[in-house]
Amino acid sequence: MSSTPIRHPGLNLGHAHAEAHEASESLVFGFWVFMMSDLIIFGLLFATYVTMLGGTAGGPGPGELFELKSAFIETSLLLVSSFTFGMASLALKYRTDRKVLVGWLVVTLLLGLAFLGHELYDFHKMFTEGGVPSRSGFLSAFFALVPLHGLHVTAASIWLIALLGQIAVHGLDTQTKTGLMRLAILWHFLDVVWIGIFSLVYLGGTA
Amino acid sequence: MTHWADWMLGRLDWSALPFWDAIVDPTTKNIVNAIIASGAGAMVILGGLIVVGVLTWTRRWRWLWREWLTSPDHKKIGIMFIAIALVMLARAVIEAVFMRLQQAFGLDGGFLTADHFGQLFTTHGTIMVFFMAMPFLTGIINYVMPLQIGARDLSFPVMNSISLGLTAAGAAIVMVSLMLAPFSTGGWSGYPSFTESAANPGAGVDYWIWAVTLSTLSSTLTGINFAVTIYKQRAPGMSWLRLPLFTWTALCTSILMIFGMPPLTVATALLALDRYLDFHFFTADLGGNMMNYINLFWAFGHPEVYILILPAFGIFSEIFSTFSGKKLYGYGALVIATLAIAVLSFTVWLHHFFTMGQSAHINAIFGIATMLIGIPTGVKIYDWMLTMFRGRIRFSVPMIYAIGFIMLFVIGGLTGIILAVPSVDYQIHNSLFLVAHFHNMLIPGLLFGMLGGTNLWFSKAFGFRLEERWGRRAACCWIVGFMLAFFPLYALGVLGMPRRSVAFFEPAYLPWTVAAMVGAVIILVAMLCLLIQLWVSVRDRHANRVPGGDPWDGRSLEWSVSSPPPEYNFPVIPEVHSRDAYMRQKETGGGAHPRPDDYEDIEMPANSAMGPIFAITGFLLAFGLTWYQWWLVVAAGVAALIALIARGYVRDTTRLIPAAEVRRQHEAWLATLASLTPVTRADEQSAANRGLPASPIEGAVQ
Repeated sequence: MSSTPIRHPGLNLGHAHAEAHEASESLVFGFWVFMMSDLIIFGLLFATYVTMLGGTAGGPGPGELFELKSAFIETSLLLVSSFTFGMASLALKYRTDRKVLVGWLVVTLLLGLAFLGHELYDFHKMFTEGGVPSRSGFLSAFFALVPLHGLHVTAASIWLIALLGQIAVHGLDTQTKTGLMRLAILWHFLDVVWIGIFSLVYLGGTA
Repeated sequence: MTHWADWMLGRLDWSALPFWDAIVDPTTKNIVNAIIASGAGAMVILGGLIVVGVLTWTRRWRWLWREWLTSPDHKKIGIMFIAIALVMLARAVIEAVFMRLQQAFGLDGGFLTADHFGQLFTTHGTIMVFFMAMPFLTGIINYVMPLQIGARDLSFPVMNSISLGLTAAGAAIVMVSLMLAPFSTGGWSGYPSFTESAANPGAGVDYWIWAVTLSTLSSTLTGINFAVTIYKQRAPGMSWLRLPLFTWTALCTSILMIFGMPPLTVATALLALDRYLDFHFFTADLGGNMMNYINLFWAFGHPEVYILILPAFGIFSEIFSTFSGKKLYGYGALVIATLAIAVLSFTVWLHHFFTMGQSAHINAIFGIATMLIGIPTGVKIYDWMLTMFRGRIRFSVPMIYAIGFIMLFVIGGLTGIILAVPSVDYQIHNSLFLVAHFHNMLIPGLLFGMLGGTNLWFSKAFGFRLEERWGRRAACCWIVGFMLAFFPLYALGVLGMPRRSVAFFEPAYLPWTVAAMVGAVIILVAMLCLLIQLWVSVRDRHANRVPGGDPWDGRSLEWSVSSPPPEYNFPVIPEVHSRDAYMRQKETGGGAHPRPDDYEDIEMPANSAMGPIFAITGFLLAFGLTWYQWWLVVAAGVAALIALIARGYVRDTTRLIPAAEVRRQHEAWLATLASLTPVTRADEQSAANRGLPASPIEGAVQ
C-alpha cells in the first residue's frame, strides 16, 4: 500500500486497483476543484443569511421557527450517513466481495433519504407557522441556504442510485469505482456544509 | 382552446413581436423603432435560413454532426467557441453604432425610444462580456493551451463540449429575444430593484437572467477543465517555470473562473427567486437589501475583468517575443505579476460603487487596493517594451494590434487610477468617463489581444495564413476608430453627461457625440475589413498554405506540429528541457522535427452527443422559464437529467488510433517538410512562407 504514490487528496484506491487508481488522479482532483467552486456558492449564501438576520420585517424570526431537537436529529442522520459512506469506501478499497459495499451504500442512501424526509417535514411545519420565504428577507435567505443543501443531498442520492445501477450493470469497473470516489467527496462535503448550517443557523438561531 | 393555448404558450403572445408597438400605437417614433427592431430580427432569421440552406444544399448535416457538434476535440471546440464570439461581436458592434447614432442625434430627442435604447445597451454589454469576450478567450485557450503544454486534449473533453453547448444556448437565447422581444433594459449588471418584478414584470429581465446563467455555468465548467488540464496533463519536463506565458495566464484566468463565477450564479439565482417565487432578497420592502446584489455582482464582476484581460496579456507576451525574435524579457516578473493581479482582483470589488454609502475609510482602503493593481500591470508593460528593445521587430498584423494595445492601454490604465480616487469618483461616476475608461481597457486590451491571437494562430488551425493587407487595414481601423469613438467620451464624462442617456439637452455635448459616432462608423469599417480579410484569405488559401506548421519562427510547442495538427496533437508526447521548448529544440541537436524510433497506439475520447443535448435542453429550459411555459421547463429538465444519468452507463468512451496510422500520418508530414524551402524571418509575410523557418543568422539575439 505504501509503495503506491498518492494520486490525490483523500482515500486513494491503491495498487490493487491499478487502473482506477491511475484514472482517479485527474477525475478526483477535478472534483475537488468543483467542490471548491461549490463552496463559494455556499459561503456566499451563508454571508447573505448573516446579513439578512435582521430583515424579519415583523415576521417570525429564528427563535420562533427553529427547533433544536429536530435539527439535531437531522444532523445525526447525516453524520451517520457520512460514517456509513466511509465504510463503503473502505469496502471498495479492501473487499473483493461486492455485497458489503452495496450494503453500506444502501444504508447510506436510506439515511440520506431519511434526512431529506425529515427536512421536508420541518419545512412543512415552518410553512404552517407562517415561515414562508415570501414573508421576509430573513426567511428568503433561510430558504435559499438550507434547501440548497437539501437539493445537493437530493442530487447526491440520485447519483448514488445511478451508481448502484451501474454496479448492477457493469460491475465494479474503473468507471463505477471512480464514480464512487467522487460521490464520497460530495457526500462528506455536504456533511461539512451541514455542520456549518447546524452551527450558524440552528444553534445560532435558538441560542 | 384558449385555455390550452395559454398552457402551451405561457405568457407569450402577440405583443412579443418586435413591431407590435407600431401596430398598436403607430407614432412615427414607434414605426422607426419597429423597422429597426424587426430588421434585426429578420437578419437573424435570414442568417439562420442561409446556414440551414447551405448545409442542406451541400448535404453536410451528417458531417456537421460527426465532425463538429459531437466532437470532443479541443481544437474543434475552440474554433466553434470563436465562431460564436465573432457572430455575437458583429451584432454587438452594430448595436453600438446605433447607440452612437442615437446620441449624435440625441440633442432634445433622437430617433430611438428610451425602451429600445435600454435594450440596446443591455444586450450590447451582455453580449460583449458573456457571448463575445468569454467565448473568444475560451476558444483561444481551448485551441492553444493543450498544444503549448504538450497534451493530447483537455482533461475532460466531453465536459468541454457541454461547456460549448451551454454558451451556445445562452447566445441563442439572446438572439431569440430579437424576434420574441423584449430583452432586459436593466444594463449588463442588472441592478435591482429596477430588475425586480415590481418595476419590471416583463420577460426581458428573465431572458437576461437565464442567458447569463447559462454562460456562467459554462465558464465555471471551462475553468475547472482548463485548470485541471494545466495541473495534470503537462508533458514530461514541462515544469511550472517552463510554461509559456500564455498558459500561465490561462491558468490564472481559469482559477478566477472557478472562484469568480459562483458569485454571479448566486446573484442571478437569488434575483430569479425574487422574481419567480416572491422571495425578498433585493426588494425594497419586507427586509430585502439590494446592496447584497450589488456586492455579489461585483464579487464576480471584478475578477471577471481580469478573466477577460489576463489571456490577452498572455497573447501579447507571445506576440512581442515572437515578432521581436527574442525571448520574453522578465519571464519571472511576468509570472509573478500575473499571479499578483489574479489575487488582487478579489480585493477591489467595492470600487464599482464608491458612491453607494460606505464610510470614507472603507472607500479609501478599496481605492488604495485598486491603485495597487497598477503596479503589476505596469511591470508587464515594461517587460513587453524591454522584450522589443533591441529586437528585430517585424510589423506583422499581430504586432500592430500589440503596439496599438500597449499605447492605448496605458492611457486607459491611467484613467483607471483617476477613477480609483473615491473623491474624484464622486464627480464622474456613472458618467461617460467611466464608459470611456472600461472600453479603453477592454477594446485595446481584450479585443486587440483576441484579434492579434487570431492572426497569430489562424494558420495553425487551418493550415493557411490570414491575408496581411486587409489584416493591417482592419487593425488600423480598429485603433483609429477606437480612439475617435471613445476619447470624446472622456470629455463628455467630465462635462457631466451621464452614461446610458437616450437623450440630452446640453448643446455643448453635440460635437463630442458626433465625433464619437464617426469613430463608431470607422469601427464598423474595421469589422468589414475583418470580414474581407477572412474572405480573401480563404480565396487565396492555396497561395498562403503553411504545411510546415511554423510560419513565424515560433518558440513554444504548438509550432512543432503540422498545421492543422493531427487530432492527437503529438505523434509522440514531447519531452521538455527548457523554457521556449521548441526554440531550443530548433537550436540544439536533434533537429526541429525528430523522427521517433517507435510509435504507440493513441487513445482518444470518442464522440459524444452530450454537448448538443445540453445546448438544446439548456435553451429550452431558459426559454420556458422566460415565458412561463412550465411544461417545457419540466420536459427539458427531465431530458437533461436522463441524458446525464445515461451518460454514466456508457462504457465505450474512447477510441484507439493504431500506431501504424500515427506512423503513416507523421511520415507523410515529414516528407512534406523535406520538400519545403526554408524562409527567413524577413520574408515570412511573402508567399514564399511555407511554414518552415530558416535558422537565424549566427550570433543573433534570441
